[in-house]
Amino acid sequence: MSDVFSMNLLEARDALSRGDVSSAELTAAHVKAAEDAQGALNCFTVIDADHALGMAKASDARRAKGEAGVLEGVPLVIKDLFAVKGIETTASSNILKGFKPEYESTVTQNLWDAGAVMVAKSSMDEFAMGSSNETAATGPVVNPWRAKGSDEKLVPGGSSGGSVSALAADIGYGATGTDTGGSIRQPAAFTGLVGVKPTYGRCSRWGVVAFASSLDHPGAFGKTVRDSALLTQVMAGHDPKDSTSYPGAVPDMLSACEKPVKGLRIGVPKEYRMDGMPGEIDTLWAKGVEWLKAQGCEIVDISLPMTKYALPAYYIIAPAEASSNLARYDGMRYGLRVEGEDLIDTYEKTRAAGFGKEVQRRILIGTYVLSAGYYDAYYVKALKVRRRIYEDFQAAFEKVDAILTPTTPSAAFGIGSKSKADPIEMYLNDIFTVTANIAGIPAMSVPAGLDAQGLPLGLQVITRALDEETMFSVAAAIEDAAGFTAKPERWW
Amino acid sequence: MSVTEDDVRRIARLARIAEPKDRVAKLTGELNGILAWVEMLNEVDVDGVEPMTTPVSTPLPMREDAVTDGEIPEKVLKNAPKAEEGFFVVPKSVE
Repeated sequence: MSDVFSMNLLEARDALSRGDVSSAELTAAHVKAAEDAQGALNCFTVIDADHALGMAKASDARRAKGEAGVLEGVPLVIKDLFAVKGIETTASSNILKGFKPEYESTVTQNLWDAGAVMVAKSSMDEFAMGSSNETAATGPVVNPWRAKGSDEKLVPGGSSGGSVSALAADIGYGATGTDTGGSIRQPAAFTGLVGVKPTYGRCSRWGVVAFASSLDHPGAFGKTVRDSALLTQVMAGHDPKDSTSYPGAVPDMLSACEKPVKGLRIGVPKEYRMDGMPGEIDTLWAKGVEWLKAQGCEIVDISLPMTKYALPAYYIIAPAEASSNLARYDGMRYGLRVEGEDLIDTYEKTRAAGFGKEVQRRILIGTYVLSAGYYDAYYVKALKVRRRIYEDFQAAFEKVDAILTPTTPSAAFGIGSKSKADPIEMYLNDIFTVTANIAGIPAMSVPAGLDAQGLPLGLQVITRALDEETMFSVAAAIEDAAGFTAKPERWW
Repeated sequence: MSVTEDDVRRIARLARIAEPKDRVAKLTGELNGILAWVEMLNEVDVDGVEPMTTPVSTPLPMREDAVTDGEIPEKVLKNAPKAEEGFFVVPKSVE
């Protein structure tokens, strides 16, 4: 093996099954790479070499017995939102410092059942609230990508910033993420990776630290569309422990990547052309349209008139659900406790010390919009707008099979460059991604090109609920046409 | 609608977060910025529209009303900040 790090997931899997390399060797190399990169990228919350090598050796033993799974021996990076038994799981928050779950999330269990190995746990915005991974209790995560001729540190996007920083730096062959408003697709776009948010309910939320339950979607990152398809289909599946888990069969997403897109109708929504959006993003979007046209797709102009209301609706619904979900962190049963004069004082001191500023801000908004006298004006109103957004998509999908948009309104920005600004400026990062969370429909980002500064940009493919297959077919067609092979220049 | 500094203190109390004394003024400004921004939703005609609480269109599944878990007190208490003799230890809450 000349360079184990340049392989993608499917190649690594094949190298393992040919016996070119053992999982123990591969995992040891990735753990070492993780340790070496941590100082510069700060993308991990836990690197436990013994745990990783233990899993790798067990994998090699299974393979020797002829019991190899579809991801046998493949090293992966796991977002710190997923409970991994016996390994510190904090959602990058001080309030969960030291928490070691006695159970395993369903999604990670599905990965381990398929033979995968965990290299490390990755940092994230605290409780997945953020678009830049600057709110983690362990400090900002750094993007391996830098603008041409600059050494300014850029954000990897968020909230799944640690996962993408690691994978873009060739650590692990895939990673897990969660996406509540864009937290998989936006960081994927910022780091030249593929990021998949499947249909709501496709991947179980059981054992995933809750942010906004009706919007939270576990999903996958890959270096290629096919890698991400295989990971998603392994992570997915019905789980009786999550009452919103979809009970139907998981489609063969990997095979869907080989399906020609000829004859598919691709919608281009005019509302995704934003004022002040860099011209390069518009140009890339037009290129994407041409690539699909050249492969026999029919391009259809569509309208999604509710688009601009998705983000304000989200900033009522998500904080409302979060304020309710995060009520559980009271310092009594797990996590941080700061002793006060009495019970209430202990609650208040614990939560003030344990939650970071952005989390506190969202809990306060959520508490306000759910409070007596404001519930109807804010929360119920937002839920009604949510249905209108959902109906927009339903109407569009009567005319088209998939929708193509840019993933983000900009490329990666500098660490600290938005932190002093109005919080809404940061929220606008999710303007193109949040609609699919509101509607619960599948959406993914595919790297499609570089901007003038040499930073990656992504295109987003959105399809009908449960139609991940068409999404992967279209994404693979874009990937084939884009021929995106750029990598960040190694400096870390 | 907008909030005052007193409203922010009240909301913090409801949310069981100790009053962020040095940040009340700043938070009030930020919250009002967000509340002014979401006013945009008033432009949307939602007459007769049912609120949508979840993207799942099927009814929630029912299961048999049976005990399927338990008898693992040591696991439940494993991450407790304070535990004694199989119980959580919490501040006194009843006089």
